[in-house]
Amino acid sequence: MTADGASPYQLRLFVAGNTIRSRRAIENLRALCAEHLPGQVSLEVVDIHQQPVLAERHQIVAAPTLVKVRPLPTRHVVGDLSQPERVLCALDLPTASPAQDQDA
Amino acid sequence: MPPDVIAADTAPATLLKAPTGIDGFDNITLGGLPAGRPSLVCGAAGCGKTLFAMTFLVNGANRYGEPGVFMSFEERAEDLAANVASLGYDLDGLVADGKLAIDHVHVERSEIEESGEYDLEGLFVRLGFAADSIGAKRVVLDTIETLFSGFTDPMLLRAELRRLFGWIKERGLTAVITGERGEGQLTRQGLEEYVSDCVVLLDNRVADQITTRRLRVVKYRGSAHGTNEYPFLIDGDGISVLPVTSSGLNRPASSEVVSSGVPGLDAMLRSGGLYRGSSILLSGVAGTGKTTIASHFADAACRRGERCLFFVFEESAQEICRNAESVGLDLPGWVKAGLLRFEAARPSLYGLEMHLARMHRDLDRFQPDVVVMDPISAFRGPDTEVHATLLRMMDLLKSRGITGLFTSLRNDGALQEGGDQGLSSLMDAWIRLQDLEADGERNRTLYLIKARGMSHSNQVREYRITDAGVELIEPYVGPEGVLTGSARLSQAAREQAAMTRRHQEAQRRRRELARKRDALERRMQEMRAALEAEEDEANLLLTQDDVHEAVLADDRTAVASLRGAAE
Repeated sequence: MTADGASPYQLRLFVAGNTIRSRRAIENLRALCAEHLPGQVSLEVVDIHQQPVLAERHQIVAAPTLVKVRPLPTRHVVGDLSQPERVLCALDLPTASPAQDQDA
Repeated sequence: MPPDVIAADTAPATLLKAPTGIDGFDNITLGGLPAGRPSLVCGAAGCGKTLFAMTFLVNGANRYGEPGVFMSFEERAEDLAANVASLGYDLDGLVADGKLAIDHVHVERSEIEESGEYDLEGLFVRLGFAADSIGAKRVVLDTIETLFSGFTDPMLLRAELRRLFGWIKERGLTAVITGERGEGQLTRQGLEEYVSDCVVLLDNRVADQITTRRLRVVKYRGSAHGTNEYPFLIDGDGISVLPVTSSGLNRPASSEVVSSGVPGLDAMLRSGGLYRGSSILLSGVAGTGKTTIASHFADAACRRGERCLFFVFEESAQEICRNAESVGLDLPGWVKAGLLRFEAARPSLYGLEMHLARMHRDLDRFQPDVVVMDPISAFRGPDTEVHATLLRMMDLLKSRGITGLFTSLRNDGALQEGGDQGLSSLMDAWIRLQDLEADGERNRTLYLIKARGMSHSNQVREYRITDAGVELIEPYVGPEGVLTGSARLSQAAREQAAMTRRHQEAQRRRRELARKRDALERRMQEMRAALEAEEDEANLLLTQDDVHEAVLADDRTAVASLRGAAE
């Protein structure tokens, strides 16, 4: 999976401006990636206020929205990602059990 | 087309309106939708909400120089373009010209996971971006309630929608928001609570297996509007809404007279014909020649060089032409000349409203001077509706100064057997055709029940349908009323015989008199001859006496001279 050089997980996080909610989403996502997918994620953060055309192209309705671009299928997670188990579910990762969390 | 111009200047100046360009809708809203505000268009599935919204945008872009954004939550841009291509809307062209932006918002519950707090800023950004990119003045959100199926938190959605509508107002965008009809309220999610400036309800009702679309302006804050349910039509030309009646009864009255096409009938009217722009009812039972007289009427119009639109509901155009040919009328020739046009459709093909709408459109296209509807009795439906429809048809014709001839199968002018919703009071002139059955035959007669504004004959006239057309026959009034057919002929024969008899009698008398005169004159001559004879006799005797006297005198003289000589 890592052979082609690209990260197996390509994620794009769309946020609307530099708001508390945006920052919280970014922080939550970074923490989650570091915990469950260390070194496997290529993350791109897009401010839709700056690049509105991307919002249209990627069917963004809500903000913040996390789009799992790869691996397919594409999935959207809306919200500030404060419920990690939902995010993991969307990323097709085994839902983290409390025990695993503690182990890590 | 002309009526939608009048509306704008009657609107109050305080509220700016954005014309939709939808025929009739701008009339009933006195100018269109509230400019710079969101309006709600709601209705059940298949009501034409999307088409209404799209027409609003396309007209805005094409006619009013207002670019628009179509934000579709249901159909993809390609599907939208394909759906309205049949109406002649070239969405791709408009998009290419920068007059229209289409954004398909795809919301699929199964593809969306929720985790924590969010808002709909993405939607705002997209709408704002699309609007800015083309300088949009108009926006359509079709159907925004789809969001409720994509996200789980209705409270949040409501708050966001409220914010969205506020944002639209702030930006001064004229927006149409469509909503699916819900149970007990206008839309499923109660959008009418948020979009409260103007609410339009579309409806699609089936009665007697015939569908009629209706539109109602439920509310319009700050503006007067037509409150009725107006039928509307979706066809190849898009949406047209039909105002029920013209604004009032103030139309010009022409005193120009046009021929009915039947010379004898014209002669029954003092002015020699019917008023232009009037409505004429031609009623009669089956087989009285209603269509034939109507054909004459159409033919006469074409002869004058006028355009005639012939609505047929029970026959085909070809049948009418063939039948008219048998009375010497060349209707196909007029069709070829472009002066006559037939519009044939079964009454049951559409609902009444649809017929009206079709007629409306045909009138706009053909611009006729004369219209024939044959027969109006073919319309089926609740009396009040048929009545209202026909009233509007007549209104339509009158407001355009078109002379209308309506035929009706009923003798009494009622629409249906036993119905008292007669049309007669709406008509300016009423010609009644009837059958007279007597002496084992059937004869056709006609008379004028009324002709507003002109004196007319009160006679019941017999007419015949000949190779040369409809021919009125001189009235024949016998001792027992008007005589028709062979009764008229036999009465005429009887009278002819009597006249001959009278004539002969008179001649006989004349001869008798001559004879008497001859006899008397002869006697007078005889008497005169006798007198003369007697006179001759008397003269002779008198002459003899004179001679005798003279002789005696001579004798005496002679005697005297003799004596004197002797003495």
